[in-house]
Amino acid sequence: MRTIERVIKTSTRIQKPSKGWLSTAKSQYQLIIMSIPAMLILILFSYVPLWGWIMAFQKYSPAKGVFGSEFTGLDTFRTLFKDPIFYEVLRNTLVMSIMSLGAGFVGAIVLALLLNEVKFSLFKRTIQTITYIPHFVSWIVIANIILVGLSPDGGFINELLMTAGIINEPIYFMAEGKWFWWIHTFAGLWKELGWSTIIYLAVLGGVNTELYEAASVDGAGRFSKMRHISIPGLIPTAMMLLILNTGWILSSGFESQFLLGSNLVIEYSQVLDLYAMNYAFSIGDYSLGVAISIFKSIVSIILVLSVNFLARKLDQGKIF
Amino acid sequence: MRGRPLSSVLFNIFNYSFLLLIGIITLYPFLNLMAISLNESLDTVKGGIRILPRVWTTSNYEIVFSNPQLLSAAVRSLLRTVIGTLLSVFMTTMLAYTLSRRDYKLRKILTLVMVMSMYVSGGLIPFYILIKDLHLTDTFLVYILPGLISAFNVLIVRSYFDQLPEGLSESARIDGASDFQILFRVLVPISMPVIATITLFISVGHWNSWFDNYLYNTSQNLSLLQFELMKILMQSISQVTGSASSTGHIDATLVNTTSPESIRATLTIIVTLPILLVYPFLQKYFVKGITLGAMKE
Repeated sequence: MRTIERVIKTSTRIQKPSKGWLSTAKSQYQLIIMSIPAMLILILFSYVPLWGWIMAFQKYSPAKGVFGSEFTGLDTFRTLFKDPIFYEVLRNTLVMSIMSLGAGFVGAIVLALLLNEVKFSLFKRTIQTITYIPHFVSWIVIANIILVGLSPDGGFINELLMTAGIINEPIYFMAEGKWFWWIHTFAGLWKELGWSTIIYLAVLGGVNTELYEAASVDGAGRFSKMRHISIPGLIPTAMMLLILNTGWILSSGFESQFLLGSNLVIEYSQVLDLYAMNYAFSIGDYSLGVAISIFKSIVSIILVLSVNFLARKLDQGKIF
Repeated sequence: MRGRPLSSVLFNIFNYSFLLLIGIITLYPFLNLMAISLNESLDTVKGGIRILPRVWTTSNYEIVFSNPQLLSAAVRSLLRTVIGTLLSVFMTTMLAYTLSRRDYKLRKILTLVMVMSMYVSGGLIPFYILIKDLHLTDTFLVYILPGLISAFNVLIVRSYFDQLPEGLSESARIDGASDFQILFRVLVPISMPVIATITLFISVGHWNSWFDNYLYNTSQNLSLLQFELMKILMQSISQVTGSASSTGHIDATLVNTTSPESIRATLTIIVTLPILLVYPFLQKYFVKGITLGAMKE
């Protein structure tokens, strides 16, 4: 939202006296050719689907289409909110989002602080390069790695736990629902940890070095420098990112749940998007699927707007 | 000058070992899969393969590459990545250029519409119905068209163009250059860092895509490599958990000649390797690109 304002501000700054739109269009025809096709595609695939929201207020049948289907008002939403599975799915979505958000937030800050303390730059760069890799591989690859690692039949996680004497029997991680949230959280952390340090390392790199020098002169050790200079330097960015990410808490992806979930763990693995897909494609109830999308969008919009409001307050130092 | 305090030395030891451990945890699964893919499949079943193969063989790779279904999926994945990335980078750069031109009359409205698109989403089902209504299901086009323009990438490129000296394009215009010439002859050559960044993001996105394949292109003759890997993965998961598999079956000849575990490992390495070969060379660019983009946000 702040981007929008900034963009509008900068673009209104320069306005030449108008010459009449036809001659302007003529003189800028090249710019029009360069921008309009791309914009049409963007509009088609971003805005036109909103039209489909009508389906949530109908008893939609694919054969009759949006125009032929019968309107039923808020019936779909009533059915949705009466469904006990809806609340289970909502719980799964929220819990997994919050766990991933928390783990990623703490993990990224700790890793960035530790990397920042490394003076041997070849080592630092190597670790960075390695930890960025998982960000670039698909969830399918990650799911494969998890399946191999967690296999009760010689997977490296089970082997490690058994060698360390923590367990005696291999654990069937993939078949027990209670592990699913943890598997999801650790997989996400493993995939994105390195990547999410980029922004924090950039902030740490921008901290005025004179601060560290002055602290050294005053006799500060590296821990007090970390506590009094590095960490306070990170806090504004960290808070901003945390607040902004909170806005997307219902839309944090479904790939890992789709790939790693199975009927055995579905009570813990199903999230809103998969629930919507299930209704639409397996049961054929498109209206309910759309109603779930609408619910998600409305909650997200409210969250995004309120966290943006919070972030702006934070930016001006009004809270915290 | 005092010597380094003991706590600092201890911290260094802890810090370097901890970071090394993180590095190992990140790399180990890839090395493990690499070892499995290069190991005799009958021997793999006995277990205990870590980072080195016990019985070296390239037969898993030979089996994968001699399978016509997998080979043509690989070709399609490659085609999708190359065509999709070229078109997307081309269109993104052009749109970003027009939106960086302060005198462009449509600049304000187009920017607003574009930025808003990052916040609105009709959701999965309406999008699916749109794709169906446009008759894009069971076409190669569905891989390219819907994701052609991403507002985020346009913003990254536009902010790069914004900070270039304005005199460059101004003097080219005075020399009578058209907008196309200004963009592709003057601006693009000096904007390679940002072009490289979005090229990496877009191509990795195409290479890794599978969900559109799963949802829109169910027929075999349009399947991609990631999707083929997914089918084998889903079958293995349903075996592990003893539940029925919902997504099609893999080629029986594959399983007869080697084990699913070996095929999975081999395919995983095949889809990961291209990324590993390209990305370290672009690292210095995208770190700058993502920092710039995030700061702007």
